[in-house]
Amino acid sequence: MIEVVRPGPLATVQDLGRPGYAHLGVPRSGAADAPSLRLANRLVGNPEGAAGIEFTLGGAVLRFRSPAWISVTGAPLDVRLDGRPHGMNAPVHVPEGGVLHLGAPTRGLRSYLAVRGGLTCEKTLGSRSTDLLSRLGPPPLAPGTRLTFGGTDAPMAVDHAPVPVLPDAPVLRVVPGPRDDWFAPDALSVLTSAPYTVTPTGNRVGVRLEGPALVRAREGELASEGMVTGALQVPPNGNPILFLTDHPTTGGYPVLAVVRTHDLPLAAQLRPGVTVRFRLS
Amino acid sequence: MRTVRRAGDGGLLVETAGLDDAHRLHRALRAAAFPGVTDIVPGERTVLLVAEPDVCDLDRLASRVAALEAGAAEAEDAPPVEIPVRYDGEDLGEVAELAGLSVREVVERHAAAEYSVAYLGFSPGFGYLTGLDAALRVPRRASPRTSVPTGSVAIAGSYTAVYPSPSPGGWRLLGRTDLTMWDVRRDPPSLLRPGLRVRFVPERSR
Repeated sequence: MIEVVRPGPLATVQDLGRPGYAHLGVPRSGAADAPSLRLANRLVGNPEGAAGIEFTLGGAVLRFRSPAWISVTGAPLDVRLDGRPHGMNAPVHVPEGGVLHLGAPTRGLRSYLAVRGGLTCEKTLGSRSTDLLSRLGPPPLAPGTRLTFGGTDAPMAVDHAPVPVLPDAPVLRVVPGPRDDWFAPDALSVLTSAPYTVTPTGNRVGVRLEGPALVRAREGELASEGMVTGALQVPPNGNPILFLTDHPTTGGYPVLAVVRTHDLPLAAQLRPGVTVRFRLS
Repeated sequence: MRTVRRAGDGGLLVETAGLDDAHRLHRALRAAAFPGVTDIVPGERTVLLVAEPDVCDLDRLASRVAALEAGAAEAEDAPPVEIPVRYDGEDLGEVAELAGLSVREVVERHAAAEYSVAYLGFSPGFGYLTGLDAALRVPRRASPRTSVPTGSVAIAGSYTAVYPSPSPGGWRLLGRTDLTMWDVRRDPPSLLRPGLRVRFVPERSR
């Protein structure tokens, strides 16, 4: 059992979400940087979709009431077990009573902890993920939250996984549309020619960006339509919102372009204040 | 052939002739069960398909979807869901004033219409119902309530809806229902689904 001493700014239980319910208004949810959670799980011999913890800007303290194998991935931060530093992206054995400290990430936003056996809190609609928009799944971790985990006989085959360093100046590849025809003819070149700044108001629903305004060519309201993760939705003020995993399933603002699936993990690591560029591909 | 737009490298947004066509296409796409498609989401004039790009060839999916015959798909044949309502909402008086009707007329008109679930969104199980009497089309409140209770029956613009869970909201409240619109332990969790017909039944007259 893991006891949360301090969760940091925001920590939630996440697996790979609950696809298949979007027509009922249920976001997919799940780890915002899914490959980091998958990696954390592989490192401790779990199925890739086992539930772990998603930390936002680190700053957490966990006490292990029972021994465990864990791994920490995602945004790089200082990992200390009973005061001793440990590497990320590698399995770590935690003895009974061990206290794990996570520092603040030096870059990126979200770090992941997997525990061998996976977190075993109750599933909602097939997933243990916390959906902050819909308030599904377990509430965000708080001081005193107790998390149970299972067991597994699966081998731990990987000692350490090399991971690419998060870029200082991230570039996200986008596919135009589906509503690029709602915008001025130069909107896509505006989007891809100047950097956009990540504002502090973002969350798992979306990243709010500030930069050159994306001007519409059409008046009026778009008939509400389904939204995908990675969509750059543009409200009337012209500043795009990049939808992450807890995004609403439908929306009425036109989407100028959509970030490629393989770049979504980078989008999930955008921290307030950094700039991001978009590139057509 | 239908217009099929790209929504990134994992999504297709299919244009439809309107809401009925969107519902027909939605049903046809569910029946077709194309491999790699994880979600099918109808909108007012579209249906979105969400696919796993590593599993699914989006170009091939797009051409199969464009050629799909949805016209023959059966119309929704389930009987209308009846939602019992206590018409005692906080905004009844204001709506009556805005509509130039008496409170009784507002209730009668709201309960007389047959509605259809256009699509769901905003929150799990929140269905946007079309079919609202034109006289009842009033704008949202200027400032939304921070918390609207579960089961609130409300109107805004051309839609009516039932709040399936407590949430902030700017719609005008006409009444309450005790019917459970959303329950994660139920399968399906949502009482409403796209295309379903709905009637509101005033509780006193039952």
